[in-house]
Amino acid sequence: MLKLNVNGTSHDVDVDPATPLLYVLRNDLKLNGAKFGCGLGQCGACTVMVDGKAVFSCLTPAMLVEGREIKTVEGLGTIDAPGPMQKAFIEQQAAQCGYCIAGMMMRAQALLEAKPDAADADIRQALEPNLCRCGTHMRILRAVARARDLMQGKSADNMAPAAATGRG
Amino acid sequence: MNASNLLPDVTRRGFLAGAGALVVCFAIPAEAQEGEVPSAPGAQTAKPKLPGSLADTPSLDAWIRIDADGSITVFTGKAELGQGTKTSLRQIAAEELEVEPASIRLITADTALTPNEGYTAGSQTIQNSGTAIRYASAQVRQILVAKASEKLGAPVEALKAEAGAILGPNGAKASYGELVSADVLHVDAAADTKLKPPTAYRAIGKPFARVDIPAKVTGGEAYVQDMRPPGMVHARVVRPPSYGAKLTDFADASVKAMPGVIAVVRDGDFLAVIAEQEFQAVRAMRAMAGVAKWQEQPGLPDQYDLPAFLEKSVSEIGTVTSVGADSVPGARTLKAQFTRAYQMHASIGPSSAVAMLDNGLTTVWTHTQGVYPDRKAIAQMLGVPEEKVRCIHTEGSGCYGHNGADDAAADAALIAQKVAGKPVRVQWMRDQEHLWEPYGPAMLTRASATLDQNGNIVSWHYDLWSNSHGTRPGSAGSLIAGRLMARHFPPDPAKLQISPLGNGDRNAIPLYDVPNLRVNWHFIADMPVRVSSLRGLGAYSNVFSIESFMDELALAANADPVEYRLRHLKDPRAKKVIEVAAQKFGWSKDALPEGRGRGFAFAKYKNHAAYLAIALQADVDSDSGTIMVSRVVAAVDCGEAVAPDSIVNQTEGGILQSMSWTLYEAVHFDSTRISSPDWSTYPILRFSTVPDSIEVQVVDNPGTPYLGVAEAAQGPTAGAIANAFRSATGKRIYDLPYTRERVKDALGV
Ligand code: FES
Ligand code: FES
Repeated sequence: MLKLNVNGTSHDVDVDPATPLLYVLRNDLKLNGAKFGCGLGQCGACTVMVDGKAVFSCLTPAMLVEGREIKTVEGLGTIDAPGPMQKAFIEQQAAQCGYCIAGMMMRAQALLEAKPDAADADIRQALEPNLCRCGTHMRILRAVARARDLMQGKSADNMAPAAATGRG
Repeated sequence: MNASNLLPDVTRRGFLAGAGALVVCFAIPAEAQEGEVPSAPGAQTAKPKLPGSLADTPSLDAWIRIDADGSITVFTGKAELGQGTKTSLRQIAAEELEVEPASIRLITADTALTPNEGYTAGSQTIQNSGTAIRYASAQVRQILVAKASEKLGAPVEALKAEAGAILGPNGAKASYGELVSADVLHVDAAADTKLKPPTAYRAIGKPFARVDIPAKVTGGEAYVQDMRPPGMVHARVVRPPSYGAKLTDFADASVKAMPGVIAVVRDGDFLAVIAEQEFQAVRAMRAMAGVAKWQEQPGLPDQYDLPAFLEKSVSEIGTVTSVGADSVPGARTLKAQFTRAYQMHASIGPSSAVAMLDNGLTTVWTHTQGVYPDRKAIAQMLGVPEEKVRCIHTEGSGCYGHNGADDAAADAALIAQKVAGKPVRVQWMRDQEHLWEPYGPAMLTRASATLDQNGNIVSWHYDLWSNSHGTRPGSAGSLIAGRLMARHFPPDPAKLQISPLGNGDRNAIPLYDVPNLRVNWHFIADMPVRVSSLRGLGAYSNVFSIESFMDELALAANADPVEYRLRHLKDPRAKKVIEVAAQKFGWSKDALPEGRGRGFAFAKYKNHAAYLAIALQADVDSDSGTIMVSRVVAAVDCGEAVAPDSIVNQTEGGILQSMSWTLYEAVHFDSTRISSPDWSTYPILRFSTVPDSIEVQVVDNPGTPYLGVAEAAQGPTAGAIANAFRSATGKRIYDLPYTRERVKDALGV
């Protein structure tokens, strides 16, 4: 039995301790956010936060994160009350298939928690481990920059909904 | 458990039961084609063909159902693949039905519920399904108005539809729910239905947030990978190490004894394991791979000499077009040869499916692009009638063509036969997707053109060498499981087919004005490397070749590349996108700093879909061999723009994906095995090389036919990068991809 703290709630899970955190999150805790992409640490689809840092949950055995604070995209808000990162992605319509997006958001969240005033170049650099095959990169970058501004309490004035502009 | 627990809500409400509801009973046509030349909304023809997919499925109630409570359900045979279909089709229906898009329930591709619209492919969802839904919705509105006229005793002219009701004089009102009765919509579509004029639009062309995004960014259940029906078990397949390898020894006793293992499945060379938990299935899969012994056979071509393989393997030569004289005199003739490597779809999420056998019915939840063709192939593989298989489209990771989706569906269906009553979830591993998906075929192209004294093109010859780009199901032999299982269904023989839709020859005919033209497809039936449809099919390679060559011709003619294109075009819409892209980009002849170039390209996708022109700036670092595209401007005309932001989103995506293909991507293999099993051996675009800006200008044409757009950027982007490299360095690279090695070779460093 492992004790995992996920999104502020403690869970007892009955799994082989070597099971990658990704499978525990998805199957035992029924959280859809983290995605299986490669299982190899090459794509970032499975990215979650552990003690504030972005990690590949596909490579992290569940036993190593006992007692740590695990955060998934479900911990950023809900569909009815989305958090700033989620709001920004919805506002910028930053998804095509969306499969890579939760991983992008968690890596971005880790960056912004560590560096709330991250420059656009920092965002680009931080997202390097994460792949998107649909080519949604421009919108992802814009959404994360927007999330940064929202988190810093900047209001909606300089916000241009993606739908109205056509700028990438 | 009972299958109905898993089915969408809509079946639980009982389609055939409700009093006052419309009865859905539509005839399913034998085979819906991938598509044809678009039917034009509003076009008047002597002998009316029904618009869009209504031609195949004319009954209105196949598309639209209105219940007694006024709720509206729209059916489409097309699937959401991340292109925003679930939103744009609602916009279209809402427009003509005069309701809010969000109030409409949309049921997508499901063999038990929706029309058969073949494949969701070729950028044809809006063109075919959107057109059908548009006309059907307009006609339904008119039927409701007529009913209301009887009921309210008011003339049709005095009535209007608004917010789900028909309103008449003096506050008279009848809701849609009151007006429908059993069969009222069980009528065939009329060809002459009048649509709303663009000036009256409230939904089409207006910005609507995509309906699927909120769930996707908050961890909602959005993909087939997220399904967790009660009692579900986990399966993994074990693939041979190479195409055609035969299983010679398989001592599975140790695997069967592993924790959680429910069953080991062996059927010929098909291997799979079913376990209680997912990681147990993964471990058992690894153990199985260890005990399975295979006999392999070499048979792959030399990856470093694909042109030789392509040239020597020709089985047939097809004439794509032949206009005017074969050879004409001119001032000078130029020739060039281009190649393209095998390239992957490489979805971020490996293919997955859930299947369950219950009471003789196998239900498969799949991210296939074609539920009906997939059902047919799976039924053949299982040896059951088609009615005994139901395929329900459930979203997956973006696919960009025929990837592993159908194969994963077949795997799940086959494995599910071993554990009746239990939903089985199959998830491919990364290497399985990379090694077994059908790739975009390698191509060789040769162009030759003769110019007159003024540099104008008087004759053009173009030859292409390629496999078929379409090996979708098909028979059971188009499925990996079908080929591997003991019955060993053979692959369908590849046939040369030349049609307006295009295949390997898609966009092989230049849109440019050329009086004497020859285009031939040297068809290669033999497919030692598994291939099929990758976004754009032959258009990627053909447009890259044509647009590279056009720039060479412009240089030879001492002309500006943009002006040179314009002077060879008559179509005003083609000219318009070129002018818009050039102007927004700030196209000029001004000298650029050393190592920087600008490139331009244009194509009308399939020569009958969206027009797209693109200008971009790139910097070439000769020491490292890297090309950095920094700024991109594209202009696109896809007729009436239903969902402008989705057009921009897909076009940005197409540009970045094509940039990735063009700069990095080639499948590697030796004589026996594919050696690109992961992202390190098949690198794709990462954030560090994404441009600073991409600007997409939508040239809207309200009231004109929808033109497919989702794949329009693939070819032009490659052409523009090639031309920017040429402009930056004075050298041309003729082979895709533009790897660092090739760049350094070209520059002699
Ligand atoms: S799934 Fe973990 S990095 Fe790809
Ligand atoms: S949005 Fe599809 S992979 Fe990123």
